[in-house]
Amino acid sequence: MAKDFGIGAEAKRTEDIRYLTGAGNYTHDVNVHGQAYAVFVRSNMAHARIKSVGAAAAEGMPGVLAVFTGEDFKDVGGNPAGWFIGSRDGSPMKEPKRPVLAHGKVRHVGDAYAAVIAQTYMEAKDAAQAVADASEFEELPAIIDMAQALADSSNRVHDEIADNQCFDWGWIEDNRAKVDAAIKAAPHVTTLELVNNRLIPNAMEPRASIGEYNPGTGDYKLTTTSQNPHLTRLLVAAFVLGIPENKLQVVAPDVGGGFGSKIYHYGEEALVLAAAKKIKKPVKWVAERSESFLSDAHGRDHVTKIELACEKDGTFIAFRTETMANVGAYLSNFSTVTPTFLHGTLMAGPYKVPNVYVNVKTVFTNTAPVDAYRGAGRPEATYSLERVVDQMCRELGLDPFEVRRKNFITTDMFPYTTPAGLAYDVGNYHATLDKAIELADVAGFEARRTASAAKGKLRGLGLSTWIEACGIAPSNLVGILGARVGLYDAATVRVNPTGNVSVMVGAHSHGQSHETVFAQIISDMFGIPMSSVDIVHGDTAKIPFGMGSYGSRSLAVCGQAMANAADKVIAKGKKIAAHMLEATEAEIVFSDGVFAVSGTNRSKTFGEIAFSAYVPHNYPLATLEPGLEETAFYDPANFTYPAGTYLCEVEVDADTGKVDVCNFTCADDFGNVMNPMVVRGQVHGGVVQGIGQALLEHGVYDENGQLLSGSYMDYTMPRADDVPFVTVDHSCVTPCSHNKLGVKGCGEAGAIGSPPAVVNAVLDALNRGGHKIAHIDMPLTPSRVWSAMNA
Amino acid sequence: MTKVTMTVNGKSVSAETEGRTLLSSYLREGLGLTGTHIGCDTSQCGACVVHIDGVAVKSCSVFAQDVAGSKVTTIEGMANTDGSLGVIQQAFQDHHGLQCGFCTPGMVMSSAALLASNPKPTEADVRHGLEGNICRCTGYHNIVKAVMAASGQDVAAVAAE
Repeated sequence: MAKDFGIGAEAKRTEDIRYLTGAGNYTHDVNVHGQAYAVFVRSNMAHARIKSVGAAAAEGMPGVLAVFTGEDFKDVGGNPAGWFIGSRDGSPMKEPKRPVLAHGKVRHVGDAYAAVIAQTYMEAKDAAQAVADASEFEELPAIIDMAQALADSSNRVHDEIADNQCFDWGWIEDNRAKVDAAIKAAPHVTTLELVNNRLIPNAMEPRASIGEYNPGTGDYKLTTTSQNPHLTRLLVAAFVLGIPENKLQVVAPDVGGGFGSKIYHYGEEALVLAAAKKIKKPVKWVAERSESFLSDAHGRDHVTKIELACEKDGTFIAFRTETMANVGAYLSNFSTVTPTFLHGTLMAGPYKVPNVYVNVKTVFTNTAPVDAYRGAGRPEATYSLERVVDQMCRELGLDPFEVRRKNFITTDMFPYTTPAGLAYDVGNYHATLDKAIELADVAGFEARRTASAAKGKLRGLGLSTWIEACGIAPSNLVGILGARVGLYDAATVRVNPTGNVSVMVGAHSHGQSHETVFAQIISDMFGIPMSSVDIVHGDTAKIPFGMGSYGSRSLAVCGQAMANAADKVIAKGKKIAAHMLEATEAEIVFSDGVFAVSGTNRSKTFGEIAFSAYVPHNYPLATLEPGLEETAFYDPANFTYPAGTYLCEVEVDADTGKVDVCNFTCADDFGNVMNPMVVRGQVHGGVVQGIGQALLEHGVYDENGQLLSGSYMDYTMPRADDVPFVTVDHSCVTPCSHNKLGVKGCGEAGAIGSPPAVVNAVLDALNRGGHKIAHIDMPLTPSRVWSAMNA
Repeated sequence: MTKVTMTVNGKSVSAETEGRTLLSSYLREGLGLTGTHIGCDTSQCGACVVHIDGVAVKSCSVFAQDVAGSKVTTIEGMANTDGSLGVIQQAFQDHHGLQCGFCTPGMVMSSAALLASNPKPTEADVRHGLEGNICRCTGYHNIVKAVMAASGQDVAAVAAE
């Protein structure tokens, strides 16, 4: 039977059936016989010394089985940062221990300092309240503002870190003097000071974990909300609890969104495992939404000064950036790479600018840890670049479209190494710009603006041209940059005796559609129906050691690993076919599911080869092994570099400052596209997260370190009536040059390219309306816009 | 503990509950109907929407004992009797109206209630009707398309793509 939906088809998603019928299997849906429940006791102060933990108050309460405090984990390991980043002066980054439960001090509101295990959830919750009531603290002044934190050594998040600074990083430090000189000599310099607002990821499924322990075998099992079960296993087993990795199975079943926040290992995962061993029962924990707000890793939170030096005609000479990046109270796993190598290396954008220098100081504060959130560093880079370019155009009276055209790297310049250290392999930035202009009907903008004006609305058009480095890998490069892990991925393709295929992949799908898209690729390569292919993911006992899904890497890294394993299967199939057809291997050709002797009508179907592989009655065993199963580990040669142009049109209500997004248009180059429907869906979601950042969302701490936006009443999530339809085009294709699929990755693009397009549109509307405003910080709430208009 | 009986997806069911047991917990833990999801605990995200006597309700905001005797429909009751997807469910699959699937049960239940009261909604009607349901994955684009398609409207030209 031939393939049905191959590469490039708009195949409907196979995973949808279980989700649409209530048959999904999320961690909260998993119940293990005899399970007890964990509830965490979390600090309501941002910064305090723990004088005593009232664990005794819970003992003897109904149903209580155990109480854990920081004392119980003081001798096990800490949850480490995944990347080592050095300071400009050569000193190492400051890396305080991140314990399972806070010990000695609590460092942010929501920092867990105890956990209660009880027979029922309600009993655990009641006892946790008793522990909280009986605990005593010496409250310390909260350290919230980054500049103050750096300046004031008398108050420290970690007692051993005098200036609350993790590191002071320069990129590329050797270029600093040259960039300074170029800016000093430049005919024009535009300077902007920007806040990239703190965001709270808010995957709709709160985090949850179930720990199990079998005293008979010493085996542990962790069922958890993770984007990368092997990474979590490595961290919790080898770094935190000291469990041999082979004795810990980590299962991430259906996961209800991640956006970065479920990459990381969190202390709750270690706690449920330790507790399960101690009380000899499975232990389940499910976060309440308020716990998610307080304890999930947040995103962004940069304060940046960016300068763009240029000729009077808009030709770029230099970009220089100084950024303070908040890492919160502890270093989350990717917190040190996000503001550095995922940000600083992108500060040339898609432009042929000769000089780039970036300085990033990372700062500890009494806030939740900050880490990678959809886009991770690249939205911050794109926002700074595209805002300052837009402002420069306004200052010099230049056309923002023409300035981009003038400065884009041109197609004849690839491969192109930027002064920020990346080697872009392919691209066509003019093509996506032209496509976006066409799709957004820029020619008709003036007429629409006039129509808006007739309604009393200010209309504006905002442009953003973005590029990212994604397909996060390759190991040899990230190793040089400070990664403590490799960033390859892996897949095993197992052809079963009856000719259907099980594919075990290291990537994890939590909305990305791997079960469909990866099956399309296998269907295409093997010439079999998609329904004969199962994609297995999320269980360390089943899959090869892969690094999971983030950084738009699933397809470009794991997908290519899978394709390589499938190629190995085809090569083995040719050997089997040669044996069966009494030909040489070189004579066998494989096409559309049939192995044939070239130039003859002698052939075997894929299914016949599969069956033979497992019923090898007459195999020449010295030269041909039974079985048809292959594994490939794939470590790419480079990042991939998707890029594109986003155009946003807004109307601003001059009386209230309210912004309505009227049209949003994306023209992206993702390389080859495996399933256009899925790609469009990824962009829709990313763009709306970006519109959320630009207009609605803000994680706000007050000066005492209380999270003011800690619920859906206070943290404004984009809702259906806040956003328009989004026009998405991916017809401009320059295939990635270093993976065979020619793919680049599309998961983060929308969130990277959209915030500056929205903000530029609002400022365009205001300036066209006679309000001379250089910048408004995100989120552009009605209050902020109105205040800027009426300052 | 009190035994609470109601009709869920056409079947009479009972489970022991405390007075404080929410309908969402009764369905998930008492009856094992885990398709109804809990995303926020504060009746703002809409992942737990079910129908009570035909009305869309956030089941985390209702005590189970208060709806004893009612007819409740959950996502598990939305497929056709032969097990195939119902019209709204099928439209969500056809138009890629879901990604991670976590908000999906609530979205489908809210959409069903919306279409029951407004069989041919405009885009604005759909967006307003679903503003009590948060989705973090889709940007709502394909959800809105799916609901309009489920109402029999041609959505091919809704947005250029």
